[in-house]
Amino acid sequence: MEAFLDTFFNIDIMLQALPLLLKGAVVTLKLCAVVIVLGLCGGLMLALGALSPRRWLRWSSIVYIDLFRAVPPLVLLVFVYSGLPFAGIRLSPFVAVVIAFFLNNSAYFAEVFRAGITSVPKGQSEAARATGLSPVQCMGYIVLPQAVRNVLPDLLSNTVEVVKLTSLASVVSLSELLYSANMARSVTYNSSPLVMAAILYLAVLWPLVRVISRYQRGLAVN
Amino acid sequence: MRFFETFFNLSVIEKYLPDLIAAMGVTLYLAVATILTGVLCGAALACLRAAGNRYVNFIIIMFADMMRALPPLVLILILFFGMPSLGINLSGEMVIYLVLSCVLMAFAEEIFWGGLTSVTAGQWEAGRATGLSKAQTLFYIAFPQAFRMGIPPLVNRVLATTKLTALGSVIGVKEILSVSSSAQSFSGSATPLTMAALAYMIIFIPAVIASHQIERRFRYTR
Repeated sequence: MEAFLDTFFNIDIMLQALPLLLKGAVVTLKLCAVVIVLGLCGGLMLALGALSPRRWLRWSSIVYIDLFRAVPPLVLLVFVYSGLPFAGIRLSPFVAVVIAFFLNNSAYFAEVFRAGITSVPKGQSEAARATGLSPVQCMGYIVLPQAVRNVLPDLLSNTVEVVKLTSLASVVSLSELLYSANMARSVTYNSSPLVMAAILYLAVLWPLVRVISRYQRGLAVN
Repeated sequence: MRFFETFFNLSVIEKYLPDLIAAMGVTLYLAVATILTGVLCGAALACLRAAGNRYVNFIIIMFADMMRALPPLVLILILFFGMPSLGINLSGEMVIYLVLSCVLMAFAEEIFWGGLTSVTAGQWEAGRATGLSKAQTLFYIAFPQAFRMGIPPLVNRVLATTKLTALGSVIGVKEILSVSSSAQSFSGSATPLTMAALAYMIIFIPAVIASHQIERRFRYTR
């Protein structure tokens, strides 16, 4: 028990590492903000593309979505960060992470938006078009608000996945939360900083996970 | 032309193909072990939760919340670097298998539990009224329906979790990404990374396409 506490919950080391970890947490938050916003926008565009009546647009969107859902995000990240320099494109870790995660997230968000849009009955858009709204107005004012409401739990759980995903940025030595914690671990020869990082992730993500569970239960009862 | 030499260099492909095929074996083996353990134990946990013991359920819910809220890479690093201090040496493969199984178990438990709660009370009452025991009602009436309802989200979660085997590269498991990364630094060519991406596509694109079909098939079942 003593050894366990000393290895994983060494308070002294945790307090020592805390300032470094908080600095890392700020980078993680910045990364999350950029990646989530870009992923949502890209996902929405792709979903609209995948449901478009134009065949080339539809098929290229679907191919994009399936392709990037099939490649692990870490592989994309390593490819963008250490593969592209061979083609003369050198990127900072932050930009590499944003590009790699955008490719991955937009595909996942697209699937969620697509499910939402197809869940809105056809009569809704027909009625909207009949009242004289343009196709764009119909999508923006009638279909999308209902679509988003229908898939809100999925959007939320996808967002949680994105936040968890940002921990992979530590692999390309972007000094975010997990990277800082691992740094502190290798300096102190003690795993407590990693546990501290886990606690910080939990502090943000646990409430969201609870909300998702509540949502799913609510849907089941209705 | 230079593009092809950088990303599709034939002599590099020839040299590293056998290693990469062996690495695909490791990835597949880890994936299958994870899926079997995660889905079966997840189903067992959901059934255990249906038994309704308050203390047991508290532990299950805590476990499921933790595993869903924490980034898997954090868990992997804690196990891989922390356990040796307690005298428990786990191989990289073992760490990946343990962490991914627990993550999948938590998600599978939530999915099956969501299914079980949406089986209406009347079904339970009918089962009990025909003389089935509570356990028989669970196994013959409720769980088969919960399983069927859970298949589409479960398939997505299984794909997401098995793609995480790429995290093995961080702790030296000889799976696709780590073999191709080291091949990339040996050969000084980006080609092995292209091969890694293609290897994942060969494994996962059929799985993604199959998941669309499964989703379509099980969509309107209640």
